[in-house]
Amino acid sequence: MDTILRVRDIKKSFDGTGVLSGVSLDIREGEVVVIIGPSGCGKSTLLRCINGLEQIDSGEIWLRDELISGRKKDMHLIRQRIGMVFQSYDLFPHMNVMDNLLLGPVKALKKPKEEVEAEAVAMLRRVGLEGRGQALPRTLSGGQKQRVALVRAMLMHPELLLLDEITAALDPEMVSEVLNVVIDLAGDGMTMAIVTHEMRFAEAVADRVLFLEQGSVVEQGTPEQFFHDPQTDRAKQFLQSFTYTSKRERS
Amino acid sequence: MQDLGISILFKGINFQRLLGGLWVTLRIALITIGLSAAFGLLFGLLMLSKNKIAKGFCRVWLEIVRFMPQLVLLYLVYFGFARIFSLDLSGETSAIAMFTFWGTAEMGDLIRGALTSIPRHQRESAAALGLTPAQIYLHVLIPQTVRRLLPQAINLSTRIIKTTALVKMINVTEVLKVGQQIIGQFYRQPDAAFWVYFTVFLLYFIVCWPISVLAGRLEKRWA
Repeated sequence: MDTILRVRDIKKSFDGTGVLSGVSLDIREGEVVVIIGPSGCGKSTLLRCINGLEQIDSGEIWLRDELISGRKKDMHLIRQRIGMVFQSYDLFPHMNVMDNLLLGPVKALKKPKEEVEAEAVAMLRRVGLEGRGQALPRTLSGGQKQRVALVRAMLMHPELLLLDEITAALDPEMVSEVLNVVIDLAGDGMTMAIVTHEMRFAEAVADRVLFLEQGSVVEQGTPEQFFHDPQTDRAKQFLQSFTYTSKRERS
Repeated sequence: MQDLGISILFKGINFQRLLGGLWVTLRIALITIGLSAAFGLLFGLLMLSKNKIAKGFCRVWLEIVRFMPQLVLLYLVYFGFARIFSLDLSGETSAIAMFTFWGTAEMGDLIRGALTSIPRHQRESAAALGLTPAQIYLHVLIPQTVRRLLPQAINLSTRIIKTTALVKMINVTEVLKVGQQIIGQFYRQPDAAFWVYFTVFLLYFIVCWPISVLAGRLEKRWA
C-alpha cells in the first residue's frame, strides 16, 4: 500500500528546550498509528508539526510525494488534505452545528453547499446526532461537541486524520461515545495518527503503536506486542503506571 | 399672571432650538464615534503588534486619556494647540479632535481586549480546516471579536454622547448651551431652569437609553 506520510528525523525545540529530537515515522494508507508516551514527551508537538501549526527546526515531512515541511505560503492547501481534531472543544461558538460542518468544505474546498449539507446530515446520523444541525455548540455536551468536531474534519475527506488527545477533556462517561466513532472510522479504512491516554482504546484501534519519550521514538510495534510484551524498560515502566494493585494484594 | 415654567418650551421656537442643540451634540458624537472606531481598529492592532515603539506609544496615549480629565484635554486643544500653531480651529472641530483622541484610545483598548480574548485554538482549528488566513479572519475571528466588542463599544458610545456636554465650555452651542440661553432669556421665571434642564435630561435619556438597552440585549444574546 502507498505511504501517505513520511516523517524524516524531525527536530523541534521551544526556547532552547528540545521537544522532538529526531523523530521518523511512516504511515501507510489505511493505517492507524497510535502515539503514546508520558506527558511532555512531544507527542502533541509531533502532530502539530505534521500539519504545520508548528515549524520544525530540521528534518522533512512528506505527504505522499510532496515535501510539506518548511513551506510558508500554501500551507492551507496542505491542511485541506490533513484533518485534525484537538483536545479542547474547538467548534466555532458563533455558528450552529451545520454551519460549523459546512465552513471547511464550502469555503476552503468550494464544494456546492447542498451536496455537503446532504453528506453532513448523513454523517450526523451516523455519529448519533441526527437532527442536531441547528443546535448551537454551547448547548451540546463535551462528547457531542467532539463528535461534531470529528464529523467536521471528516467532511473534508482528508487523506490523513490527526487526533490530539480528543477525549482528554471529557467526563469519563463520554469518552466511549467519542472513541467508538473513531473505531468506526478506522473500520472504514481512514488513515489516522492518534495521540491518546486511553490504553484500552489504543490497543483496540491501533495497527501500530509508537512509544515516545523525551522527543524520541523509544519503541514501536503491533499493539499485541507493545501492550503484552514490551521490549524496553521504559515502555514497561510506563505501562505499569496504568495498572493498580489492590489494597488486599499489597498487604 | 405668571406662566408655568414648562410653557417656556412652547414659546416661539424654543423647543426647536433645543432640538437644534441636540443635533449639534449628536453630530459631534456620531463623527467622533465613527472616527474612533476606524482609528481605534488601527490602535488596537498596533497594541498587539510586535513593534515595541508602537506599543509604548499606544500605552502612553491610553494612560493620558485615562488620567486626564476630558475638560482639560478639551481646553488644551481649543485654547492651547489652536493658538500655538495658529490654527483656526472652530469649537466643534476642536471638540471632535479631542473626543476622537480619547475615543480612539478607549476603542482601541476594547478591540485589543476582544481580539486577545479569543482562544488560540479557534484560529488553529480554523487553520486545520484548510482555510486561508483571510478566510480565518472573515469567518471565525472577526465575527467572534465583533460579538465580544459590540456591547462594550456601544457603552463607550453612550459615554461619548453624554460627555459632549463639555463642549459648551468652548463655546459650542450644543443642547446644554441652548438650554442655558433659554433660561437666560426667562430669568424672571424662577422654575425655568428646572424645566429646561429637565427637558435636556429627557433628550439625553431618549437618545442614550435605547442604545444602552441594545447593548444589554446583545450582551445577553451573545454571551
